[in-house]
Amino acid sequence: MERREFLRRVGLTGLAVAGGAGGAAWLYDPRRGDQYFRDQQVSQAHKLPSFRVERPSGSVDLAIARGSDPGQLARAAIGALGGMGSFISKGDVVLLKPNVAFDRAPLLGATTRPEVLKAVAVLCREAGARQVLVADNPINQPEGCFFKSGLQQAAAEVGAELVLPRASAFAPVEIGGEVLGTWPMFWEPLARADKVIGIAPCKDHNLCSGSMSMKNWYGLLGGRRNQFHQRIHGIVSDFPHMIKPTLVLLDASRVLMRNGPTGGSLGDVAERGTLIAGVDMVAVDTCGYTLLNRDPARLEYLHRAEARGLGSTRWRESSWREEQVG
Amino acid sequence: MRITQIRLVSQVFFISLFLFFCFVTQFGYLKGYPVSLFLEVDPLVGIATALTTHTVYQNLIWGLVLLLPTLLLGRFFCNWICPYGILHQFTGWLFNRRDITENIESNRYRKLYALKYYILFGMLAAALLGSLQIGLLDPICLLFRSFTVAVLPLVNLPTEWIYVRPHVHQVGWVVGFLLLFLVGMNIAIPRFFCRVLCPLGAALGLLSRFSLWRIHRDTQKCVDCDLCLQRCEGASDPHTNLRKSECFVCFNCIDDCPHDALKFEFLPDVKGEVSRPQLDARRSAVAALAGALVFPFSRGSGDVGKNFKKEVVRPPGSVAEPEFLERCIKCDQCIRVCPTNVLQPALLQSGLEGIWTPIMNMRTGYCELNCTLCGEVCPTGAIQKISIAQKLGLGEFADLGTVKVGTAFYDRGRCLPWAMDTPCVVCEEVCPTSPKAIYSREVEITDRWGQMVKLTRPYVDPQACIGCGICEHECPVADERAIRVTAVGETRSKDRSLLLSAAGGGGCGSGGCGCKSNKGLMQIEAPAQGPA
Repeated sequence: MERREFLRRVGLTGLAVAGGAGGAAWLYDPRRGDQYFRDQQVSQAHKLPSFRVERPSGSVDLAIARGSDPGQLARAAIGALGGMGSFISKGDVVLLKPNVAFDRAPLLGATTRPEVLKAVAVLCREAGARQVLVADNPINQPEGCFFKSGLQQAAAEVGAELVLPRASAFAPVEIGGEVLGTWPMFWEPLARADKVIGIAPCKDHNLCSGSMSMKNWYGLLGGRRNQFHQRIHGIVSDFPHMIKPTLVLLDASRVLMRNGPTGGSLGDVAERGTLIAGVDMVAVDTCGYTLLNRDPARLEYLHRAEARGLGSTRWRESSWREEQVG
Repeated sequence: MRITQIRLVSQVFFISLFLFFCFVTQFGYLKGYPVSLFLEVDPLVGIATALTTHTVYQNLIWGLVLLLPTLLLGRFFCNWICPYGILHQFTGWLFNRRDITENIESNRYRKLYALKYYILFGMLAAALLGSLQIGLLDPICLLFRSFTVAVLPLVNLPTEWIYVRPHVHQVGWVVGFLLLFLVGMNIAIPRFFCRVLCPLGAALGLLSRFSLWRIHRDTQKCVDCDLCLQRCEGASDPHTNLRKSECFVCFNCIDDCPHDALKFEFLPDVKGEVSRPQLDARRSAVAALAGALVFPFSRGSGDVGKNFKKEVVRPPGSVAEPEFLERCIKCDQCIRVCPTNVLQPALLQSGLEGIWTPIMNMRTGYCELNCTLCGEVCPTGAIQKISIAQKLGLGEFADLGTVKVGTAFYDRGRCLPWAMDTPCVVCEEVCPTSPKAIYSREVEITDRWGQMVKLTRPYVDPQACIGCGICEHECPVADERAIRVTAVGETRSKDRSLLLSAAGGGGCGSGGCGCKSNKGLMQIEAPAQGPA
């Protein structure tokens, strides 16, 4: 055999051995079982920044607008808080979080009213927002929910971008709450947003009695949400810890009084002609809960949140305003 | 422009149309597109359902449109329109590594190609007795099913183009590998499926004998070079005595003849032509007998009757089970359009006859209260076209009552508040009816440590429950759910009702005896109790 041929063949075999050994060494996993499961727990979790803005001293923190036109109510309430300009800066990307949990027509009171979403989106634009996003992770099938709630059309009419909850849009977020540790969140729209505004309808809820501006953030979570009900008041009081929105609106123009949170009959809904806006979700929900004809003193999650310093139920002691529209 | 080029344009158009229909058969894009058009013009669907139901349902009348070119030209459909044929021709061409001689040999007629006629006879015999099985191999049903169950989920995996929340399909791998096998067989035998298995091709082949235009060979000009065989799609022997029943009217032979000996002629002399498929009478009889036995054997197994399976929860608007099996062609269009992924192709849950028919799996989805899309796209009326008002029993449909697909039952040994002193009632939260079919009672119990605990324990109101299954879908007991919907209580069948209803005719009570007395679409139910 020629030397050249000998070297070629031995060299090739040697390369194959070295390649195999190198590959195996590179992939070699010496971890013990405990280490393996510990490593599983430490995932690359995002952290959610605060979306709050500095409020000038003496500004109004909670506004109640009363009237019949839901769009005007939103404008009036935000106006009373100092206008959208006091929340949104020029060039901001604003995420609007309506409650689109169920496949329901707008008048059934189970979802955020399109008129309110539109009014808020227009105000954001007027305040110089570069882009307005609309996102929710419904319980029912997402396309159906956005279509039948009228929010898809509403978003299209005001040039807001609808972000659908595709699997790739979720990522683990370190929440560090009482119940929620690290949990998958609908991350894509949050990552894109400079400001976040929650727009919740005021609803009866079978388990926690009221679904309002705090409970609305359930819709930005993914994963096994059906376990939340086992500690529902702990979960809901974790939400103001989890996210610090720029502003929340609680639309109580039509209130789902019973059979919540799904409703399904016009008989379940009452006209209440009210919209509450504010920066303290606990305050907003304390105020809003009375519109369900219920006593906020008995809504556990409000008091849990207050005890944790996440808001105040004594909104009447803060600076608030009431506006009558039309 | 050569006629084969025009044919190519037609093929590109129809495969594109098929793909377009496939894509838009979903909530956001459906609009008014006639997405089941290919199935409606498929004459085998029309003929076989006419045999089972003695009616031609709605748009299936369009099957007549396709008979026209068949009676004029022959199996024009197979090589100009059929999307499955186009897929086979394309993949056969793409993977063809034969030289000219091998091509010629691969396109000679073989006795095996008569198999499709026996398959057709078996299926028609089954249909005659009331068991519709053409969908197993009808090319349009097969292709829609393959796309719905296997191809689109595959496309969605890396792209997320198809679904917002990914859909899964039980036993999708079977459908997927079957597609791969049938397409792959083109490497061994060109147009394997079309030549050997296709019952629609067989039906059109039988009708081809009447066609007015046919390939005619001028024996004066022909030098017997057999070059006409090199791209013959149907293996119809144009080089000798043409087998009209096998000819796909692709015109390749005319293109390839170097001596201009082949022509497509109006009423040519058919002496020497093999106008009809060459079939063996005994084999035909055996095939028909085997097909005919499907009905007694499968009904004798009881899956349709008194041994019906609780898993067979049919989509809303479905007709009673015996009639469902007379109508469902297993095209799985309903499964494609279902926005929640609740509809799944059955394997043997509803017996031998029910393979690939739609059933609900509440773990993969739930029935959306305000949705009737499955009935909208069903081409045969197995799922009737009902409005949402009718589904909910509102207004003018109040006399028909709510459409129920089954009833939910608690498994108290698995339910958190019932068995484990743990708060939950997600089921009540998501229950979509008003008033909710799931209600709860507050109880105070002493837990194992002696503490008084307040708990809310859920119950089902069977009058209000429509069987939509969202409770089961959302139940946190992730494997075997603590609330499960079973078929009992479905309004489509008196034999499977649960509560004594105020009105409505009864069947003979034996279930699946074939008696038509419970054929009424929805029985009249007493209206559910009004809200408090």
